[in-house]
Amino acid sequence: MSDLEELYREILLDHYRSPRNAGHVPGATHSADGANPLCGDAVHLELTLDGDGRIAGIAFSGHGCSISQASSSLMTEYVKGRDADAALAAVGDFQRMMIEGDPPPAADFGDLEALAGVAKFPVRVKCASLAWKTLEQALADKRGASAAVTTDERSL
Amino acid sequence: MSTRDWDQDAIRRDFPILRREVNGKPLVYLDNAATSQKPVQVIAELTRYYRDYNANIHRGVHTLSQEATAAYEGARARVAAFIGARAPEEIVFTRNATEAINLVAHSYGRAFLEAGDEVVITELEHHSNIVPWQLLRDQHGVVLRYVPMCDDGTLDMAEARRIIGPRTKLLAITQMSNALGTIVPVAELAALAHQHGAVVLVDGAQSVPHLPTDVAALGADFLVFSAHKMLGPTGVGVLWARSELLEAMPPFLAGGDMILTVSMERSTWNAVPYKFEAGTPNIADVIAFGAALDYLAALGMDAVRRHERELLGVAVDRLAAVPGITLYGPADLDARGGVVSFGLDGIHPHDIGQVLDGAGVAIRAGHHCAQPVMQHLGIAATARASFYLYNTPAEVDALVAAVHDAVRFFGRVRV
Ligand SMILES: Cc1ncc(COP(=O)(O)O)c(C=O)c1O
Repeated sequence: MSDLEELYREILLDHYRSPRNAGHVPGATHSADGANPLCGDAVHLELTLDGDGRIAGIAFSGHGCSISQASSSLMTEYVKGRDADAALAAVGDFQRMMIEGDPPPAADFGDLEALAGVAKFPVRVKCASLAWKTLEQALADKRGASAAVTTDERSL
Repeated sequence: MSTRDWDQDAIRRDFPILRREVNGKPLVYLDNAATSQKPVQVIAELTRYYRDYNANIHRGVHTLSQEATAAYEGARARVAAFIGARAPEEIVFTRNATEAINLVAHSYGRAFLEAGDEVVITELEHHSNIVPWQLLRDQHGVVLRYVPMCDDGTLDMAEARRIIGPRTKLLAITQMSNALGTIVPVAELAALAHQHGAVVLVDGAQSVPHLPTDVAALGADFLVFSAHKMLGPTGVGVLWARSELLEAMPPFLAGGDMILTVSMERSTWNAVPYKFEAGTPNIADVIAFGAALDYLAALGMDAVRRHERELLGVAVDRLAAVPGITLYGPADLDARGGVVSFGLDGIHPHDIGQVLDGAGVAIRAGHHCAQPVMQHLGIAATARASFYLYNTPAEVDALVAAVHDAVRFFGRVRV
């Protein structure tokens, strides 16, 4: 596989072409905005936590490169239906995969594993991380709030 | 100086970096609007200073200091000659163009502008020529007005004639947009501003490296540019100003070298331009910048412009045939520097840049520090290729081929 094919795995291009969970969650309990000022990527995340603290609904909107869009799409697919705490743990796992180049953790990381190749492209790590930092922000206040986050060096 | 023939192979041999490979492909460097590469003549001058006569300047009686002072002041004289200044004293060295603009905003702005005075800039500006004026507005109370751009990337001259008026005290404009390549009719705007008694600052960061420059013809009062975009080292910028203005302006930074006498109560300022060069300057890089100017002068800036205009013509023609491409910037290529800003349907500029990098082609993807331009065009970013004297038609071919590859790679992506 060439470096480029390793970065742009077919599954990522598929999520870029046909993003899952694009749009809005009516009556969302949590939301956050994330921006990557360097390349102008922007993501708006909305989600609903049910009474058991599970992510019952989640959707994203915004614009950005293929990596940031695919990562948003894959992230929403992965965390939907999961417990908020499990979702936050996945944020940590994902960041370790990006920054330390750790192998994908849990067996059920599934399609997210396709993003592992991004770790080799330091400037693109920010693109892949944006959705996750934004998720972390949205869940930071479990009572429900909206927040904003940017991925610069300090927040990675 | 007698001009040298345009021998493309010989020129390329002067730039060692052009022999390297990137991702297994020959480097095709098309990010010249960000910074240029450096010829051996500049690199050699830099090391010669450190090896043979490294010393502080303006203060030693010893031989090394005298040699360093002569070389540093020699570079100043070369800058003056390069832009047609009346005297070397009109040249102030700064760290970069940005610092030169800040110097003017701070020193001239606070001393000679009053609350309510209008500073006029344009929608085409680089952030460097926006933010210092926003600060002056917020801290000093001037009114900041913008001449809008048109959709094709040219400046709206009718609006310029409406906005520049009796309240205008300072006009600060780029001569060439780094995002789109637009060459702005600066002389015409300067004349208009002068009719109303305003002073004119020209941001020459993109124009001075690529076009012949004559400050008298430009009709400006201040001109700023950066050495690193014109074959010189990083860390050197230039402020040219009419000497009457430099005489009248208070210092910007204070410390050693910029004073005549210091007592515990007060100090008196050194003569222009030293008044504006506080502390030990960037001696080595200024001296090496002199070598860059010699290099450009030997080729002749008319020839540099002709060469880039040719490349631009080829690039625009060939890129226009790429499926799904949008080309930004003026259609009249004679009013445009060697810059091609473009987008591809459904492919983010960042991804274009990535695929091109895989082919060894270095371009810029982003907002190019010109977010108002992006906002006007309704986009977040563009991909931008920008040319310089060492680029070749074969490199334009490599660019075009890599852009076609990007289109193929991302297939029928629609978002
Ligand atoms: C038009 C323009 N003005 C100002 C600048 C700032 O130059 P520097 O970063 O060297 O200060 C640039 C550099 O990108 C530019 O393109």
